[in-house]
Amino acid sequence: MADQLGTVEGEDYMRKLWIGLTYLVFALLLIAPLGKMVFGAFNEGIGGLTSAILRPEALHALMMTGFIVLTVTLLNTLFGMMMALYLVRGSWMSHSIKRFLNSIVDLPYAVSPVIGGLMIVLMLGPGSIVGAFFEKVGFQIVYAFPGMVIATLFVTFPLMVREVMPVLQEIGAQQEEAASTLGAYGWTTFWRVTWPSIRWAVVYGVVLTVARSLGEFGAVLVVSGNIMNKTQTATTLVYQDVENFNVTSANSVSLVLAVFAVGLLLTMEWAKKRKGVH
Amino acid sequence: MNIILRHKGWTWGFRSTVMLYFVLLVILPLLGVYYHSFSLGFHSLIESLSDPIAWKSVLLTLELAIFSTLINVVVGTMIGWVLVRYQFPGKAFLNSLVDLPFALPTAVGGLMILLLLGPGSLIGSAAESLGFEIVFHQPAIVIAMVFVTFPFVIRAVQPLLEELEPSEEEAARTLGASGPRVFFKVILPSMLPGMISGGMLAFSRAMAEFGAVVLVAGNIPGRTLIASVFIYGEVESDNTAGAAAVSILLLTLSFTVLWLINWVQSKGKTI
Repeated sequence: MADQLGTVEGEDYMRKLWIGLTYLVFALLLIAPLGKMVFGAFNEGIGGLTSAILRPEALHALMMTGFIVLTVTLLNTLFGMMMALYLVRGSWMSHSIKRFLNSIVDLPYAVSPVIGGLMIVLMLGPGSIVGAFFEKVGFQIVYAFPGMVIATLFVTFPLMVREVMPVLQEIGAQQEEAASTLGAYGWTTFWRVTWPSIRWAVVYGVVLTVARSLGEFGAVLVVSGNIMNKTQTATTLVYQDVENFNVTSANSVSLVLAVFAVGLLLTMEWAKKRKGVH
Repeated sequence: MNIILRHKGWTWGFRSTVMLYFVLLVILPLLGVYYHSFSLGFHSLIESLSDPIAWKSVLLTLELAIFSTLINVVVGTMIGWVLVRYQFPGKAFLNSLVDLPFALPTAVGGLMILLLLGPGSLIGSAAESLGFEIVFHQPAIVIAMVFVTFPFVIRAVQPLLEELEPSEEEAARTLGASGPRVFFKVILPSMLPGMISGGMLAFSRAMAEFGAVVLVAGNIPGRTLIASVFIYGEVESDNTAGAAAVSILLLTLSFTVLWLINWVQSKGKTI
């Protein structure tokens, strides 16, 4: 009896130790850095914060990021959803081709963003055939908006596909087939049968895509050339501010980005709960 | 008839658009890097790679990524375990906070670490007076890598623990197994697949990381210059051949890891 009581006490002690350690890791690794940055943004008071955010280059950079997020999220959602549908349902592809394509979808995860940017410079830059052609026509890809969108699209490609695919696999094709034999095909089947079951996965994929395109740095830095008031995004402006030892400005722009990130985190939690329910 | 034809035309058009998009966006650029680094001949590729700054940067990346992955596997398993098994105040909050490094731009993550541990900060100056140097040295790179890859192991271990029946554990206990014995014989084996696949994801992400690291690393060749920062430097100085050579080395390594992850995950599960 005494021995058993000892074990219970020991276990309670262990429990407290583990919970305490968990709090310690969170505090040191996540909360302290975040808090430090938020305080750093107010280093020069509210005035310093607003004047850093209202700098013309900061406003331009935030606008650039906004446009990229919008374009990329739209395209990636559309193509990612279709890709997932084809990879799970496409009977016009053989099984082995589907498996092969499926394994390639993940590749952008393993590619360093800098390499992603380099790839686009190599393929579409001024030195390449395609890039030279477009330049002749008067259309710039690299060191301009289109290249930055392409770089971000590359980086975000797996996010939507990987969210939608498992749900499609889970619900199976029976309902869709039933709808098809009853005469409804194509869009009707998709909107009435498929969409309701995948929509929360799509919402989750959209949130992940927004987060990734908002925060993309390496690929965009290489492709954009980081030209102030032209191709500079919010994250590359933060980088430049730090390089120039302009810490308060870097903190202020970071704070704006962090506020968005926390908003996305809350949306993620909300979508995750819905996703579980379907 | 007309309707069916039109419908088929649409279907065909959609299929080829999506496939073309996939090939142009993902497959072609990847092949392009390999093509570019081999196009100047095998000799020049070897020359680019035998530059000590180049191969040392890859080696250093590998070393630090392994180190940060090990930290993440140990810490992530512990946190995953605590967040599933124990009830305590603030648990839901911590559980949502896990994903913060995914939601936060990596450059912001790097800046936060720089601020917290930098020369002017409390921790930075304390460490400096003890003779430790964190920022612009290897510890900062490891911290940045651990920060960025923090959620992977936790999110891989959690579902496995939730699935584990408490009865299995109780059975082991009633049969007289001690606490540590139950842990090593019942709980750890069930978490192992998550630790491995989460750890490998964290490893491949740490190898590729750029944004968080570039701000906190000193970028001294051979000591704090990691591969992705080296590639960026080569691109900036217009040496795309050198950048592509190191890129294919890094890419091949990462693809091997990715292939291993798929292999581990597909064991016992078919697509």
